[in-house]
Amino acid sequence: MATKVLIPSPLRPYTDNLEAVEIEGSNVGEVMSNLIARYGELKRHLYTEDGKLRNFVNVYLNDEDVRTLPQGDSTPVGEQAVISIVPAIAGGL
Amino acid sequence: MLTLDTSQVSLSREEMERFSRHLILPEVGLEGQKRLKAGKVLCIGTGGLGSPLLLYLAAAGVGRIGIVDFDVVDVSNLQRQVIHGTSWVGKPKVESAKNRILEINPYCQVDVYETALKSHNALELFANYDVIVDGTDNFPTRYLVNDACVLTGKPNVYGSIFRFEGQATVFNYEDGPNYRDLYPEPPPPGLVPSCAEGGVLGILPGIIGVIQATETVKILLGIGTTLSGRLLLYDALNMSFRELKLRKNPATPPITELIDYEQFCGIPRAQAAEQAGQAEIPEITVAELKARFDAQQDFVLVDVRNPNEWEIGRIPGAHLIPLPQIENGDGVDQVRKLLAASAARSGNGLELIVHCKSGARSAKALKILQAAGIQGKNLRGGILAWAEAYDPSIPKY
Repeated sequence: MATKVLIPSPLRPYTDNLEAVEIEGSNVGEVMSNLIARYGELKRHLYTEDGKLRNFVNVYLNDEDVRTLPQGDSTPVGEQAVISIVPAIAGGL
Repeated sequence: MLTLDTSQVSLSREEMERFSRHLILPEVGLEGQKRLKAGKVLCIGTGGLGSPLLLYLAAAGVGRIGIVDFDVVDVSNLQRQVIHGTSWVGKPKVESAKNRILEINPYCQVDVYETALKSHNALELFANYDVIVDGTDNFPTRYLVNDACVLTGKPNVYGSIFRFEGQATVFNYEDGPNYRDLYPEPPPPGLVPSCAEGGVLGILPGIIGVIQATETVKILLGIGTTLSGRLLLYDALNMSFRELKLRKNPATPPITELIDYEQFCGIPRAQAAEQAGQAEIPEITVAELKARFDAQQDFVLVDVRNPNEWEIGRIPGAHLIPLPQIENGDGVDQVRKLLAASAARSGNGLELIVHCKSGARSAKALKILQAAGIQGKNLRGGILAWAEAYDPSIPKY
């Protein structure tokens, strides 16, 4: 089953400029690892060298921060689920 | 609900007329309008976000508005910083903003702070206001505003923008989450381009700034449901709004004091690394480049900016090979071919000069070329320096 993953504009250069991609996987962790397998350059922007999600990037399953979900990365993705990647942006001027 | 003392506040007959559309709203009314007049709001930055939100806070009747900005109005600001006008170019933004605010609402007290917000002045400044609005443009100041709000117990009305997308929320309000619950740490410098480097749709900060103004007015009035605990995402290209849940993170260390935020965001380290990196790259000045042109010397000039920047203006004879192409290897081959062709026409290897807008990207390109065995020189200050010295027909952008 493919899940829609929304890519924010700062990261689109690494996903062939796509704003959303459909990625296979039964839980959040699987979808994310399949995502970085398909778009290799995304990996260093999302994860540290030891594989932890970077502190200035959040991943949401629908409207919930995956880090706050009881099952975390193992949370199953349901039908119609949307995963959003939301990095910190600072612009204002 | 925010405690505001309205016992000494009264509205004149002229003010009653001015704010009559508020007064007839049951949710605002005379008491609400007095709360707005009693309210004190500090806005950090009078740029893209600060401009629209200050206009609306002034018009709504907020009684006292503080504005913090050290910058002067630049002509490139006017595409989005709608509080400033053409006649204010070159003058302090705080003065321009004050002038406009008083034109809209002469009953507003405007406090101007023509200074940069820093750890040594933030707590003292914040103490005099009820609500802080963050309209800044960099990570160190965003963490500083957040931490100072937590330490002084002030709500932080947050907005940020990038190209076509914006984020807005309310931090540190009624025991809600703060910025560090959302993002415990900033990205390393250079990873996320700023609006100055990445561009921004001029209308985008208008939308986000007006959302910030709305939240500020709601907090002062004590009505409705604020964005506290919700992160609002706006995408101008799709014209879509989404909402994500934002919770306090128990793992976030408590904020006990203000720190060195430049250090926290890795700025000094990144600057040192950049300088060290650039030091290894030989440079050429625009005067030296001009001398080569004047002497009709043959050389290879490569411009590594993006095609849309090339459209704005270019140095005659330059070859466009954008940095991303050099990064993926294709551009290195193109440079090699240019050098080979030049060697064929001149009989010996020609000098390679690389430039970008102001020198950073071309230094990056030259590092990659060096690793591929190609030596070249970086045009110090880039096309901006060239335009300034020799070619006023090239727009500064």
